[in-house]
This record gives sequence, C-alpha cells and structure tokens, in this order.
Amino acid sequence: MIEILLFAQLQEEAGTDNITMDLSNVTVKKLKEQLQNTYGFQQIKESMIAVNESYALDDDIIKAGDTVAIIPPVSGG
Amino acid sequence: MEQKLFEIVEEPIAIELIIKKVEDRNAGAITTFIGTVRELTAEKRTIYLEYQAYKPMAEKMLAKIGEEIIQKWEGTKVAITHRIGSLDILEVAVVIAVSSPHRKAAYQANEYAIERIKQIVPIWKKEQWDDGEAWIGDQLENVRYPNAKPDIKDETND
Repeated sequence: MIEILLFAQLQEEAGTDNITMDLSNVTVKKLKEQLQNTYGFQQIKESMIAVNESYALDDDIIKAGDTVAIIPPVSGG
Repeated sequence: MEQKLFEIVEEPIAIELIIKKVEDRNAGAITTFIGTVRELTAEKRTIYLEYQAYKPMAEKMLAKIGEEIIQKWEGTKVAITHRIGSLDILEVAVVIAVSSPHRKAAYQANEYAIERIKQIVPIWKKEQWDDGEAWIGDQLENVRYPNAKPDIKDETND
C-alpha cells in the first residue's frame, strides 16, 4: 500500500487530503498513470511527485511505506 | 531554544525577528523582502488569499534554497518564513532576510530566493474573488511543469 498526500486543487477534486493505492515497487511514471486512470485528476500531467519529501523523477521506484505526495504547480510567495 | 531559519507558520510574521536571525558582525548589509497580499491583479479584485503548504517538505525546500545561496554568495546568511492560512489584503505572506559582507550579494541573493520559492517550494495559494475562487499555479511557467496552462494567465509576475 502506498499513501499519497494531496494538496490544493487535487485535494478539492478528491474531497480528501490523502488516498491509498494498492501498489508497491512502481515507478513514478506508472503511479502517475494509475492516478490518472483511477481518479482522473486534471493536473496530474503537470504535477511533480514527491517521495519522502523530495522531488522524484519518472524512473524512480516507489516502495511500500514511502511517503508520496502529488505536487501540482506551486504558487508560493 | 534554537531558532529555525526556514519556517512555515500560521501566525502573522514578526519581520524584526526574521532580520535578527541573519544579523552578523561581519555583515555590511541586510536586505529584506516582504511579500504582501495585493488587491488587484489585472482587473480581478482579490478579497483574500488562502495559502496551503506541504509543511515538512516546504521547510526542507526553503532550507535547500538557503544552501544554494550560501554556495553562490559566500559569507551570506539567509532566513525565510512563509505564512499559510487565510491572509487579507496588505498582510505579509513571506519574509526573506539575507545578510552579507557587501550589499550587492544581499540584493542578488534575496531576489534569487523569491524566484526559487516560486519554483520549488510546495506552497499553493487560492485566490478568493467576489465572483469565484481558484487555486493558482505555474506563475513562472517554469520548465518543471511544461504542460501547465492554467486558466489564469495574469499571474506571471506575481
């Protein structure tokens, strides 16, 4: 199981600030595809994935127990 | 108690305290950037802003910006505090203080910090207008989000 944190627009779309997916040892790319297929988030393509509070690349592997977050385009400042 | 140089807070920011954090006997300058909530963006009138952060990662990314600055401008000290939650017009959203032996580095590093915040720090703002609301993204149209085409295009110089 992988817990995924949601923020901003994605959080509102899902109606929750976290979701769990029955996956392990998947690439970031694969996870994004799964998220797109399952939830149809509007912003998934333009979002980054953070694993354990660092930005991850498409080929990085996500393991069970990792803290995953979807980071849509940021707008701080 | 050790003070945090890079912090996400929910209360109003005490600007003086952020400046204190970078004071240094070898500094000849301290620059301070104060980001405030603006009422008018193009023709849209903002009622208030709501900021949200992925707090642990946001503080980590602020610290990363601090490290980048120390690498680029020797002898600088950096402190950044960003506020989240609901903010009214005029309220302070972010304070960046940089000290350095000479003023030029303090100015340059301070601008670098705000640009990097808008690129890598997981903080989002939602605009509340009198006729609607929207989460704002991709203000810099930066390369991290090549496909981002937000509906609101008047935020590019925010």
